[in-house]
Amino acid sequence: MANAALDRTGDVSGQPRPKFRFRPSEETRAGWLVISPWIFGFIVFTMFPFFSSLYFSFTNYDVISSPEWIGLENYDRLLTSDRLFPIALRNTFLYTAMYVPLHLVTALAVALLLNEARKMKGFYRTAFYLPSMTPVIATAYLWIWMLNPNNGLVNRTLRALSLPAPAWTVDPDWTKPTIVISQVWMMGGAMILFLAALQGVPKDLYEAATLDGAGAWRRFRNITLPMISGVSFFLATVSTIAALGVFTQGYVMFDKDGGPQDSALFIVMYLFKRAFGSGYFQMGYASAIAWILFLIILAVTALQFWISKRWVYYEHDARG
Amino acid sequence: MAVRNETLPMATSVAGTGHRQSRFSPHSLREPLIYLALTALAVIFCAPFVWLVITSLKPADEIFASNWIPTEWRWDNYADVFNFAPVARWMWNTLVITVLAVVAVLLSSSLVAYGFARIRFRGRGALFALVMATYLLPGAVTMIPTFLIWNELGAVNTFWPLWAGNLFGSAFYIFMLRQFLLTIPQDLVDSARIDGAGFLRIYWTLMLPLIKPALVAVAIFEANAKWDDFMGPLIYLNRPDDYTLALGLGTMKESVQELGTQWSLLMAASVIFTIPMMVLFFLFQRYFMEGVTHSGIKG
Repeated sequence: MANAALDRTGDVSGQPRPKFRFRPSEETRAGWLVISPWIFGFIVFTMFPFFSSLYFSFTNYDVISSPEWIGLENYDRLLTSDRLFPIALRNTFLYTAMYVPLHLVTALAVALLLNEARKMKGFYRTAFYLPSMTPVIATAYLWIWMLNPNNGLVNRTLRALSLPAPAWTVDPDWTKPTIVISQVWMMGGAMILFLAALQGVPKDLYEAATLDGAGAWRRFRNITLPMISGVSFFLATVSTIAALGVFTQGYVMFDKDGGPQDSALFIVMYLFKRAFGSGYFQMGYASAIAWILFLIILAVTALQFWISKRWVYYEHDARG
Repeated sequence: MAVRNETLPMATSVAGTGHRQSRFSPHSLREPLIYLALTALAVIFCAPFVWLVITSLKPADEIFASNWIPTEWRWDNYADVFNFAPVARWMWNTLVITVLAVVAVLLSSSLVAYGFARIRFRGRGALFALVMATYLLPGAVTMIPTFLIWNELGAVNTFWPLWAGNLFGSAFYIFMLRQFLLTIPQDLVDSARIDGAGFLRIYWTLMLPLIKPALVAVAIFEANAKWDDFMGPLIYLNRPDDYTLALGLGTMKESVQELGTQWSLLMAASVIFTIPMMVLFFLFQRYFMEGVTHSGIKG
């Protein structure tokens, strides 16, 4: 770390620790004082809600009367007799499985192309980044209109090319791809991170590999991919968590009940309906949904961390 | 790991031997093909914007017609949006929440990041790990009890729940600002200390001015996030007059569909909603890219 290095250079000069540094006790007091806003927020808005939602998940709670302990009943109902919850689970998994790979591959492909460009780089970068500045609601409206089965720009183009034109927003099989497309369109942030990583790959690695006879694919496979694996891992983890929590797109592009034949009903939408939907206010039941989602995300993230040990390459392994 | 063994010896053996020319020889189709692909992709990514603007200016009876260019550019669609719903009011509400949220998150996150980056205290490492853990905690898990807290405080149907959480710092911004604060030379801190500055003065007069680009990036990220936020207002705001733009427009589809599908109205509203973010992007593009790139996630 930067300070550590600077401290060491101070030591090299052979001088005693300068008097103008702070005393350790003084530093500890100041440190805790300075981060105290975060500690307060952490306790009140993270720790407390985290554990109370676990508690609520074992209760029957409608906000008006006090919570009534019912043990595992909420979980039992969700996993055995609730008709919609398995649908929401399945939809969320399918959506995540489609979105995350497509999102990463698109962002990386565009970044690779952009990395090769030397002229007008700023122009292209803006063109690819701009969609991700578009507000989610505007994106939702834009894409249900773009993918309108009869008059949307996409189907007009597909028909002009004599290609099959799916009923995107109406056909239950195509509602999730509709959302995926609208989200992949906003891949700008991921693309910029990939681009920064690509620019950080030392050029002489490629030159050396080329001299040794490695073709484009081998250079990509054996140099580029390992050198950007840190960013890839970060983006895979973050976008998976985001995808498992998908809410606004389903709610706005289709409707709050999950669109044609519940095909756009996701876990968080169902949670929201049970917690805040008119006539529900089932805070205990909704908390059980939240905890199942949390355990899923925890498992998936842990799995990703575990797998990452096999493929993520950190230069020097000594940062931070 | 296998890769390290494979590539590094090659790198050291050929470094600096002057073969650079060979790789970039222009006598191939490679370069034109790259620009062709980039242009095609740029058209695909920007076409939706063009389509959005065209639709927003079409007269109602041409929405479903096959013509690309409307026979008449109907600018009144934009005026209709403001008559159809209290859009100006929603815009003001959104602006108030966004400004409060941005100011709060800048002050709190930079102060906390300063603590983690530049002050050595017991428990710092463990606490920072905790900060990063909260970044991975999905909001859905804490959503219900957080609502109950604000409900208990009588803050439902006020703007408080939508910005006050920012007073306590936000994990991603703390992380990002810490990365920037770590790069400030210790010499500067030492000389400020000779001049008798305490921790808070060093933070305020030395650190903050030096990380201005990062602060601008955080401000834009947060402004974008609050401008966008749909779920928060959906939970906490029930009176149409209190709506934000996101909530107002997000629920507009239902009312529009009752009137028959007035797509031009929805598209005009979407354009109005999008323009401030585009302006923000073009004004601060430089800081923005810097913020994303230097957010500390390295290849």
